[in-house]
Amino acid sequence: MWRGLREELKDQGFELVTVALETRGWDEARRWIEAAQPDHPSLLDATHRLGELYGIVNVPTGVWVDERGNLVRPPEPAFPARPAFLDQPLPDTVSPRMREVLTEARKLNMDGDRYVAALRDWVAKGTHSRYALAPEELARRLGERSPDAVLGAAHFELAQHLSRAGRDELAVAHFKEAHRLQPRNWAHKRQAWSLVDRTQTPNEVYGTGWLEEVRALGADSYYPPLEL
Amino acid sequence: MITSAPAVPVAEFEERTGWELKPEGACHWNVCIPLPAPPGADVDLRDLAPRLRMPLVHEPEAGLWALGPAAGPVLDGAGAPDFTLPDWRGGEFSLSSLRGRKVLILAWAPW
Repeated sequence: MWRGLREELKDQGFELVTVALETRGWDEARRWIEAAQPDHPSLLDATHRLGELYGIVNVPTGVWVDERGNLVRPPEPAFPARPAFLDQPLPDTVSPRMREVLTEARKLNMDGDRYVAALRDWVAKGTHSRYALAPEELARRLGERSPDAVLGAAHFELAQHLSRAGRDELAVAHFKEAHRLQPRNWAHKRQAWSLVDRTQTPNEVYGTGWLEEVRALGADSYYPPLEL
Repeated sequence: MITSAPAVPVAEFEERTGWELKPEGACHWNVCIPLPAPPGADVDLRDLAPRLRMPLVHEPEAGLWALGPAAGPVLDGAGAPDFTLPDWRGGEFSLSSLRGRKVLILAWAPW
C-alpha cells in the first residue's frame, strides 16, 4: 500500500524511504523486501541506529523531512490504511492465544486513513499544510532523552552486539535492563523477544510476551493516538 | 558506540557520536562543554561520558563498553539527523541525497 502511495506522490517531489530495524540483518529482512520489490530506497538498519537518532520506539513509525532536510513531524505511528483484520471476523482456525492477541490488537490506534490524508496534504501544500509543525511545536513533541532512556539505549546497543557475536547468555541481561529502563520502547522489547521466539509468547528467558505487556501498559502506550 | 577499551581515538569518538573535541571543549550542534584539559590523541570515556551526560555501560565478561547517546534534547533545531545505511539493491544510501524532495522515512521491522 505504501508503494501505491509513493507512485501517486512521486511526481510531486516526494520520496519514500523504508528502513528495516532488524538486529539479525539482511538474513531476516531481505525476504520481505524481495517479496515487495520496492522501487524506493529500502534500507537495513541492523543496529537500530534510527531508533536512537530519532527516538523511534515502535514500528511502523513515520518521520517527515522537507526539501531542506528539516524535520516536519516527529516520529509517530504510520499506517498506510486501516488494517483489514480490524474489520474481519476471526476465523475459527486461530489458536486461543492468537485469538487473544488479535482481540488485543484491535484496541490499538492504527489510524492509517487520517495519517495518509495528512501526508497527501503536506506533499501538496508544503509549509502551508496545517500538518507541517512549527519548530516550537516540533521541539515540544520531540521532547528530551531522559537519563533512563539513554542508559537503556546503551544497554540495548550492547545487547545487540553480544547477540550478534553469539553471546546470548550475556545479551539477555542487557536486553532486560533496556526494557526495565524504557518500558515503552516496544522496538527494544519486540526485537529482543523475537530473537528467542518469533511469536513473542512468554518463555523461560523473558517470562513475558507481547500480549502480557500490551495488557499491562495499555493500548495507548503501544501506538499513541495520532495528534495531527 | 561499542568499544573494547574505555580509551578511544578522538577521531573514532567524533565519528561515532557526532560530537567534536575542540580546544574550547566538547561541541555538538551549537553547544560546547568545557573540558579540564585539551583533548589528546585518545579520550577516556570514563572521564568524558559523565561530562556530556552520556551513559557508559561496562560488560566485564565480554570485555566491552557501550557509550549511549547524550541525555537532553533529541534534536537541536529542526535539522533531521542524517544517516547512511545499506540499500537492498546494493550500495549505501544517505538521507541527505534526497535534499530537494519531501521524504517520508518509514521505520518497519520483520518482528
